[in-house]
Amino acid sequence: MPVVATTIVFVVGFAICALTYPNFASPRVVMNLLTDNAFLGVVGVGMTFVIISGGIDLSVGSVIGFTTVFLALAIERAGMPPLVAFAAVLLLCALFGALMGAAIQYFELPAFIVTLAGMFLARGASFLLSTESIPITAPFYSELAEHALSFPGGFRLTVPAMIMLATVASGAVLLHFTRFGANVYALGGSRGSAALMGIGVGRTTVLIYMLSSLLAGVSGIVFSLYTSSGYSLSAVGIELDAIAAAVIGGTLLSGGYGFVFGTFVGVLIQGLIQTYISFDGMLSSWWAKIATGLLLFGFITLQQLMLALARRPRPRLSGAVQR
Amino acid sequence: MPGKAMSLALPRSGLPQIVALIVIFAINSFLSPHFLELRVQDGRLFGSLVDVLNRGAPVALLALGMAPVIAMRGIDLSVGAVMAIAGAIAASLADSHALAIVLASALGAGLLCGLWNGVLVALLSIQPIVATLILMVAGRGVAQLITEGRIVTFAAPGLAWLGSGSLLGLPTPVILTLVMLAVALLVVRGSALGLLIEAIGGNGRASALAGVGTRAITIAVYAWCGLCAALAGIIAAADIRGADANNAGLWLELDAILAVVIGGTSLLGGRFSLVLAVLGALIIQAMNTGILLSGFPPEMNLIVKAIVVLAVLLAQSPRLAGLGFLLRGARP
Repeated sequence: MPVVATTIVFVVGFAICALTYPNFASPRVVMNLLTDNAFLGVVGVGMTFVIISGGIDLSVGSVIGFTTVFLALAIERAGMPPLVAFAAVLLLCALFGALMGAAIQYFELPAFIVTLAGMFLARGASFLLSTESIPITAPFYSELAEHALSFPGGFRLTVPAMIMLATVASGAVLLHFTRFGANVYALGGSRGSAALMGIGVGRTTVLIYMLSSLLAGVSGIVFSLYTSSGYSLSAVGIELDAIAAAVIGGTLLSGGYGFVFGTFVGVLIQGLIQTYISFDGMLSSWWAKIATGLLLFGFITLQQLMLALARRPRPRLSGAVQR
Repeated sequence: MPGKAMSLALPRSGLPQIVALIVIFAINSFLSPHFLELRVQDGRLFGSLVDVLNRGAPVALLALGMAPVIAMRGIDLSVGAVMAIAGAIAASLADSHALAIVLASALGAGLLCGLWNGVLVALLSIQPIVATLILMVAGRGVAQLITEGRIVTFAAPGLAWLGSGSLLGLPTPVILTLVMLAVALLVVRGSALGLLIEAIGGNGRASALAGVGTRAITIAVYAWCGLCAALAGIIAAADIRGADANNAGLWLELDAILAVVIGGTSLLGGRFSLVLAVLGALIIQAMNTGILLSGFPPEMNLIVKAIVVLAVLLAQSPRLAGLGFLLRGARP
C-alpha cells in the first residue's frame, strides 16, 4: 500500500516534469536518472534491511568515502589490479559492518550511537589515508565507465545503473524469499519474540550490519566509477538520503515492515527532484533539501496515520525511542 | 531527590568527568608548556584555557539543550540545522535592524523549530530520530533559502560583540553559556521539572498514567533545545561576523550528543546532568585543542572522538555493568 502511494507520487511527479519540459521524457534523461542515483540506490537497499530489522546505520556515507579513497590509493599508488582492490575493500567493509553489528548485539548498545561512532571512525580513517582528491586513471576504470548496454529506442544502460538494478533485484529476493529475509522482518517486529521463536538473533543482527556495510562498499565502488576519483569528503550525508529514500518508499522506521522496491522508487523520487531543479535552472539547489524534507514529513505522517488506524487502541509513548 | 534541589554544586557523580578533564589539561600543558598560562590584557583574560572555554561554548549550549531531550529518551538531530537557520536570520537582519529585533527573531525561529520537533514527537508520536531528521534535512535548505546561498556578512558591532566581545574579563560566549546553564539549573532542578523529565524517560506511559503532563513537557523540552541551538547559532555567526548556511553547525549535533553522553546521561533515558553535559562539551573541546597542540594531523580528531564514544558506550553497556559504575559514580 505505501509502495503504491510512493509509485503514484513518482509517476505523477514524472508526468508533471514531462509536461513542463518536453525533453524530460527522453531515454537519455531516464537512464541518467538511474546512473546518477546508482550509488544511492545500492546503499538504500542495505539501509532498508537495517531499518526493517529495527536498527539504523549512520556510517554508510563514511564507508562510501573510505572506499573511494582506499580504491584510489590501492589502484593508483600501490598498483593493485582494480578487481583485487574491489575484493579487498569489500572484505574490509564487511568486517567493519560485522564489528558494528557485534557491538550492537553483544554489548546491547543502541544501533544509532554505535554506527555514529562507526561514521567517525570510517571518515577519520579516510582522512588519514588522504585528504586530497585522487584521480583514478587505470584503463580498466575508463573502460567500465564507457561500457554500456544499448537498447532499442536510445536507452543506454551504464555499468553503475546495472549494478544498482542487480543489487535491487537480489536485495528484493534476499529480503522477500529467503529465511534470512524472514528473520530480518521478525527481528523488526520484536527481538524478544524472534529470540523465543528460535531465530539466531545475534547472528542475524551481525549479518544485517555486515550486509549494509558491504553494500556501502559496493556503493563506494560505483561512486568511484562515476567520479573516476577517490576523495575522503565524498558522499557526506548520504546516510540521510538513504534513510529518507527508505522512508519515502514505505519502510517503517519502527521496523518490521518495508520493501526493497519501495526504497528504489524513493531513490528515483529524490533523483527526480534533483533533475527537475537542474532542468528548471531558476530554482536553487536548496529547494531539493526542502522538498525532500516535505516529502519525508508527508510520508511519515501517512505512516503514523495508517499505524493509528491499524492498531486503534494503541498506548501512547511520547518522547520514547522505540527499540 | 530533595537533597539535589537548588544545588548549584557539581553532582557527586561527576568525578570521572572532572578527572578526565584534568588529565586532558595535564596532557595539553605537557604538550605545550604555555597551555595553563593566563594573562590579563585590556581588562580581559587571555590564554589557551579561556580559548577552550570560548570555542567550547556553542557545543556546550547545544549539549545544554540536548541533555533533557536525551533524558526523555529522545534525540534532536536538527540542532545543527537550527544553528544555521538562526545564524542566517541574525546575519541577514543585523545591519538593518536593532539588536533586540535581530536576537528576538533569531531566537524565535529556534523556538519555532523546537516546537515543530516537539509537536511531531509528542502529538504525532513519531520517533524522535525520524521527527528531527525532517528538520535536519529541510532546515539547512531553509537556511540557504534565507541567505540565498551566499555567505552573508555583517558589520553591526552589537551582534559581533556577542561572538567576540568580553564581559567581566571573560569572552561573551562563555558568559552566555554560564547564564543559560544557571537558568536551566534553576528551572529544572529548582522545581520538580527535572524529576518529571527523568520520569518520562524512565517510562513515558507510566508517567502519563501517573498524571505527568507528558505531552506538554515533551514539547517544552524540544522547544528549549531549539532555543539553545538558536543561541549557539547566533554566537557562531557573531564570531565570524557572517553566516554560512552550508557549514554553520555542520556535524555539531554529533558533538552535542557526544558531550551529553560523556556527561553520563544515559541514551536509554531516565537521568541527566546539565553541569556534566557542559563539562562533556569542554572535554571534547580540550581534546580538539590537545590534538592540534600535539602536532598530530587534525584528521586524527574524528578517530579520537570515535574511540572516546566507543569507550564511554562500553562503560555504559548493560553487559559491562561493573565498568559502568565508573561513569555512574556513587549512584546505585
